Amino acid sequence: MNVAATLPTRKDEDFRYTDLDALAGVWPVEQEAVTVPAGETQAMQVIELGEANVARHLVISVEDGAAFDLRILNGGPAFGRIALDVRLGKGARFTLGAAQLGNGSQTLEVVTDVNHDAPDAISKQIIRTVLAGHAVGTYLGRIAVARGADGTDAEQSVRAMLLDRTATANARPELEIYADDVKAAHGCAVGELDAQGLFYLQSRGLTPPQAKRLMLQAFVAEAFAGAPDEEALNQAALERLETVL
Amino acid sequence: MTLLQIDNLQNEIAGKPILKGLSLTVNAGEIHAIMGPNGAGKSTFGYTLGGRPGYEATGGSVMFDGQDLLELEPHERAAAGLFLGFQYPVEIPGVSFVQFLREAANAQRKVRGEAELSGGEFLKLAREKAGLLKLDMDMLKRPVNVGFSGGEKKRAEMVQMGILDPKLAILDETDSGLDIDALRICGEGINAIMRKPDKAVLLITHYQRLLDYVKPDFVHVLAGGRIVKTGGPELALQLEDEGYEAVAA
Repeated sequence: MNVAATLPTRKDEDFRYTDLDALAGVWPVEQEAVTVPAGETQAMQVIELGEANVARHLVISVEDGAAFDLRILNGGPAFGRIALDVRLGKGARFTLGAAQLGNGSQTLEVVTDVNHDAPDAISKQIIRTVLAGHAVGTYLGRIAVARGADGTDAEQSVRAMLLDRTATANARPELEIYADDVKAAHGCAVGELDAQGLFYLQSRGLTPPQAKRLMLQAFVAEAFAGAPDEEALNQAALERLETVL
Repeated sequence: MTLLQIDNLQNEIAGKPILKGLSLTVNAGEIHAIMGPNGAGKSTFGYTLGGRPGYEATGGSVMFDGQDLLELEPHERAAAGLFLGFQYPVEIPGVSFVQFLREAANAQRKVRGEAELSGGEFLKLAREKAGLLKLDMDMLKRPVNVGFSGGEKKRAEMVQMGILDPKLAILDETDSGLDIDALRICGEGINAIMRKPDKAVLLITHYQRLLDYVKPDFVHVLAGGRIVKTGGPELALQLEDEGYEAVAA
């Protein structure tokens, strides 16, 4: 695969909310190829909790009848971008659960391009973002269903929680459908923690940070539900959450 | 011993005066019923004592067990021994009752300088209180109030009260949404948990029916943001017969 030599600009939709200065520092981004051979099942975790800025670009092929479970925990660096190009073969199954946890002036993004090239493939994406301070969290998700890819089942569930009014969440789900028999669902919401829920928990004795943490823990856990290593992922997310709060 | 001393309590919700000089004294060992028509300020009264944001007092004072209650945050009020039973318990997806209540019980214990409950100790306590309210222990492993019926939510409130073991319980319309059996179970639960010489209960209700199970020592009529009449259990029966308008006028 070729690697683009020139740094993208804001005119490039996929980089619209990117921290371009930070991106320049890690450019060019090398593509990482992941192939799940026909009929096989694989799982992968991308955990970015380090200090160094990071931009990753995974090119994923899930071949006929194969299944791929990918979980992302994006939270460490000042700039963390994870881009996925996914191609799904006939009857393939792709699960993405991603949590982005940011504070300070972090810029975190998950950019997905999921291509249903053949019939009967299933893709499920769950993105949960928690942002404090001046952090920016972005999810750009394109789903393309090719002509003839009937029986496609594509789902995106995107939710972001803003802990401070100064944080920013961007979400752009995008569907391009050229087949007839397709099930495509996407939901997208940006909100704040439920004040009633917080009061309820505090009225039982939890301190405000404890109540917030408990509610956010549950929110983030949705991205890791059913993962092969669910407990460890939740634990890592919790440790990161403690620093965000 | 005086547990709760409320003097001339006032507040405003969204600029509108609701509580207009409410005074009430509750001693340890007593059960008080607060009755009143819709819009009298009953729920506002409960929320104000519980410390809900937006329900701050604008005047008056509340002393609870020797502390200025109005100075305390909601979690500090809980740790001081106050329990607020919600008319509409809040659903919290993803957070299990067991996890939340153990953390809450231990947070309270920490403030009071008591040893924390181990997982085993907590589960034993929770099982005992769930049994008291005839609530299946498995329900406490589910997310807080999610998918619970109205009656189950209220019984779960009483289970929480049993686990947290408060000095004063303010129960806001615990009887609303309950069928006859659940009403009896909740009533018996309140008696078992709170009918003790060192504890007290404020029962906020529209109707006499809960008072058949939980016999109040005092009945107060709350109307127009203050207590307008106080009597014994017979006052509740009189209200039921004659209506608020006739009795409180």
